[in-house]
Amino acid sequence: MEKGKGVMGAGRRWAVDFSDNSTAPSSRDIPDPPGFTRASVDQDDSAVSRQKKDAEANWKSQKAWEVAQAPFKNLLMMGFMMWMAGSTVHLFSIGITFSALWQPISALQGVGKVFEPYKDNKVDLLGPKLLFIALNLGGLALGLNTLGLLPTHASDWVSSLSPAQEVEYSGGGIPL
Amino acid sequence: MAIRSFFLFILFFSSSLSPVFSLYEDQVGLMDWHQQYIGKVKQAVFSSQRAGRKRVVVSTEENVIASLDLRHGEIFWRHLLGADDVIDGIDIGLGKYVITLSSGGSILRSWNLPDGQMVWESSLQGPKHSKSFLLVPTNLKFDKDNVLVVFSNGRLHAISCIDGEVLWKKDFEAESFEVQQVILPPGSDLIHVVGFAAFSQFEMYQINAKNGELLKHESASFSSGFLGQVSLVSTETVVALDSTGSILLTISFQDGKISSQQTPISNLVEDSLGPAVIIPSSVSGIFAIKTDAVTIFIRVIGKGNLEVVEKTTHEIAVSDALSISEDQQAFALIQHASSEIHLTVKLAHDWDGNLLKESVKMDRQRGLVHKVFINNYIRTDRSYGFRVLIVMEDHSLLLLQQGEIVWSREDGLASIIDVTTSELPVERDGVSVAKVEHNLFEWLKGHMLKLKGTLMLASPEDMAAIQSMRLKSSEKSKMTRDHNGFRKLLIVLTRAGKLFALHTGDGRIVWSYLLRSLHKSEACQSPIGLNLYQWQVPHHHAMDENPSVLVVSRCGPSSDTSGVLSFVDTYTGKELSSLSLDHAVVQVIPLPYTDSTEQRLHLLIDADKHAHLYPKTSGALSIFKREFSNIYWYSVEDQNGIIKGHALKCKCTGEVADEFCFDTRDLWSVVFPSESEKTIATVTRKLNEVVHTQAKVVADEDVMYKYISRNLLFVATVAPKGSGEIGSVTPEESWLVAYLIDTVTGRILHRVTHHGSQGPVHAVFSENWVVYHYFNLRAHRYEMSVIEIYDQSRADNKDVWKLVLGKHNLTSPISLFSRPEVITKSQSYFFTHSLKAIAVTSTAKGITSKQLLLGTIGDQVLALDKRFLDPRRTVNPTQAEKEEGIIPLTDSLPIIPQSYVTHALRVEGLRGIITVPAKLESTTLVFAHGVDLFFTQLAPSRTYDSLTEDFSYALLLITIVALVAAIFVTWRLSERKELQEKWR
Repeated sequence: MEKGKGVMGAGRRWAVDFSDNSTAPSSRDIPDPPGFTRASVDQDDSAVSRQKKDAEANWKSQKAWEVAQAPFKNLLMMGFMMWMAGSTVHLFSIGITFSALWQPISALQGVGKVFEPYKDNKVDLLGPKLLFIALNLGGLALGLNTLGLLPTHASDWVSSLSPAQEVEYSGGGIPL
Repeated sequence: MAIRSFFLFILFFSSSLSPVFSLYEDQVGLMDWHQQYIGKVKQAVFSSQRAGRKRVVVSTEENVIASLDLRHGEIFWRHLLGADDVIDGIDIGLGKYVITLSSGGSILRSWNLPDGQMVWESSLQGPKHSKSFLLVPTNLKFDKDNVLVVFSNGRLHAISCIDGEVLWKKDFEAESFEVQQVILPPGSDLIHVVGFAAFSQFEMYQINAKNGELLKHESASFSSGFLGQVSLVSTETVVALDSTGSILLTISFQDGKISSQQTPISNLVEDSLGPAVIIPSSVSGIFAIKTDAVTIFIRVIGKGNLEVVEKTTHEIAVSDALSISEDQQAFALIQHASSEIHLTVKLAHDWDGNLLKESVKMDRQRGLVHKVFINNYIRTDRSYGFRVLIVMEDHSLLLLQQGEIVWSREDGLASIIDVTTSELPVERDGVSVAKVEHNLFEWLKGHMLKLKGTLMLASPEDMAAIQSMRLKSSEKSKMTRDHNGFRKLLIVLTRAGKLFALHTGDGRIVWSYLLRSLHKSEACQSPIGLNLYQWQVPHHHAMDENPSVLVVSRCGPSSDTSGVLSFVDTYTGKELSSLSLDHAVVQVIPLPYTDSTEQRLHLLIDADKHAHLYPKTSGALSIFKREFSNIYWYSVEDQNGIIKGHALKCKCTGEVADEFCFDTRDLWSVVFPSESEKTIATVTRKLNEVVHTQAKVVADEDVMYKYISRNLLFVATVAPKGSGEIGSVTPEESWLVAYLIDTVTGRILHRVTHHGSQGPVHAVFSENWVVYHYFNLRAHRYEMSVIEIYDQSRADNKDVWKLVLGKHNLTSPISLFSRPEVITKSQSYFFTHSLKAIAVTSTAKGITSKQLLLGTIGDQVLALDKRFLDPRRTVNPTQAEKEEGIIPLTDSLPIIPQSYVTHALRVEGLRGIITVPAKLESTTLVFAHGVDLFFTQLAPSRTYDSLTEDFSYALLLITIVALVAAIFVTWRLSERKELQEKWR
């Protein structure tokens, strides 16, 4: 890219600028035809496009919600597969456990990318994003749980509980 | 890419850190040390062999027979006889056999002098108990056989020196006859046996040494009776004291006729002395009597004329006679003078002339000379030289020759009573104790050797040099505290009343101190050391103070004699102060409180059950007052079979108004029926044991709560009939009952009976379990049982949310008066060995799993994982239980040869095993003592928190450097490649 630009820049002889995005008459010399008002067309156009945009925004948000809910199905499937795989250690269950851990993590890493197409000023993506993240976290928790890394048992909370102090103290024994 | 390879390397390293199960050959001596001792020498016989290495054979109070190198004091060979096989006499026969008489004169053994192999043993029985004598005449022959003459158990034996066969025997059956001397004059074949009968009768038997025939029996009556021993002044004259201790009786029995002469001591010495005792000596013509203050040497002239030759108030020790020629006898005399001892060697018939007079500087910490043994050698100029072996008050053994101490042995360490530990000083800028390498060349040489070793280029000699460098590493013997807490001082109290501080790094003696309070004095006749306690352990706010230990001793063997406390600084080995108490010390209870200077509060219980608080400071008193109502004590009266609990009541009423003295009242008592139970063992948890958690996570993430209490007492009782030797009763009449008793309330938490079992019981209590070892008569095997106690009242604390939010009362203080609901689990296993001691490893935080340390009958220390003694073991553990680490149940405990802590060594006469936590959680320090000492470090779960000793730091460093270089190079290469790409 840079290279090409450099070459182009160095050897430019001529150029035509086709772009004309002024709202003013196309040219200063030539007036608009009679009956043509640029503004009214614009207004008309904008009304249509707003409708269009609204519809698009609706569609986008709907899609975003759908995408956000997608991990749920994944989660169910994962849960089913894990149940099928059981808790014994062999290649299959190891693979499933790792994929159960990996999928949510990779999904969480690409939260922005997933919702890129639905980015719009008018669409509020916070809700779907939160749902997506929550569901993926759920998937991650499922994965961690199968590894036994979640403190869900009483034993996880008492295993380092120091012994209770005793109020009384007694000593003695066989006479010296 | 580079990072990935780095991770790969890390992985490689962590896998190379795989655990080491036991010791490699070249690791012996790196962390452990072993010292051999023999104990206080009772008798020494010098080997008079012309050729070969000069040696001395000794018998000791620890029942050791040893042959020592006379040049360096090293042990050639050594035998430890059993505890009930006390040595009565030793001698050398035919110049090549060591003859020992032991077990009250009933066992006679012969050992080969060069290598200590036993040649023969014969057992000598007799009609009654008596004194025993062993005589090895040089020229008494019987059918070309050299003969030994032994008097023991009221019977005179002549025994062949070659095979131990009894040639003849003669009984002395007279009911009241007490033998005093057996005399065998050199060159004659008559044996004289003299003794007392019926308190006032002097008896003399003359016996033919060839056949044991009684030739003559004479007796004479002395109305005043006799006191103590007799001293032999010639082959036909003895001297005795009458029962008042004031008249000397000179009795001679020349030609079988008894004649006597009485000399009042006051005739010999003007001022009255009080009762005297005779010091037995074998020097002809001279004997000594001793009163409280003076020692008097008396010469016998002619027929019973006595003459005082010397009177001295110094402490004095005399050796036996040594015949240096046909008619000349020499003996050695040692006198004390402040910091020196004077050695004089005299001829028996010439008191005023000295053959030798030397002064030797003597360490005051060795105390008085207790025994002297003399030996001579022929100098190059054909004159006689003398060397003496002396036994000191602290039981050490020294060889003096030519006015110098040639060698010394610290044999007091063979009889350790109690052990405690102390930290070393913190390293400061001023106190650099480490020695720096001598010079650059040495340093370079050392590192070259190490490099060679790493690159496997070293020759065997180089390997040996590297090994000795490792062993001598100055790091482990520094005199400062280290990070891991491996370096400590072991403070040991010996039976001689001496304190030693041993360095854990190499076992050397840092200081030693003969306790002044354990010296004999007017007030304290026979002081004995009892126990050691940590008195002051400076921690946070008393860092400038030195730690100190408390030595509790007592003025006599009975429990109502008054006590003595001494406080000794463990850095300097100086006595800070000593207290002569006006009360007895029956029990010492270290309390779990310390005052503002980190002195631990101790409660001393006297014979009248008064409690005395120490230290006697107002600070300590106010701390004590705060906890007053929570302090209890208990006493185990094992004679009556009663365990009593007591509480403190009020200040002492009565004669002395002492703020620090408290009356006590009885709270409860547990009485064992005396006809069916006899207490033989009690054990409690160690006071300083740290428990990490109260919960035990079992299979399926379930929780069991341990019942952890400092106030639990394990008591084992046996049937009175079965308290004797193993096998003395039938299984039907013997049983063993184990109790777990709460010592605050007297509640019996658990009781279990083992039918058909017998003591001795060895037990160890830790956390919530107790393991005990006993003999099963039905199975004819030793057994070990484990009892674990769990708190059932906490079992329903299983709500995760409550635990998360901390809404539980699991850590709130509990009172033992609230009724605990406990359940116990127990299991028994067979075990092959009988035990001498048992201990458990202890670590700093109590996280590391535990190992039991078993002192086996073979004087070794065996480490056994506690997991083998888990009452939850089953024959077929479930999957979850297997994951938890439960071992399938077997009927006997395995003995894994690699798990002998003492590896190839033996701790002769093993008596105790002490474990001390290091600062490093994985490691515990183990000290085993008996006649020998052994120290090592143990890591029951292996050293998970530090790199092993053989970890190659060099390789790690090289790898890192190589990786950094690789990163740099690849980066440069990629730069260049990119540039080329751009130019294309």
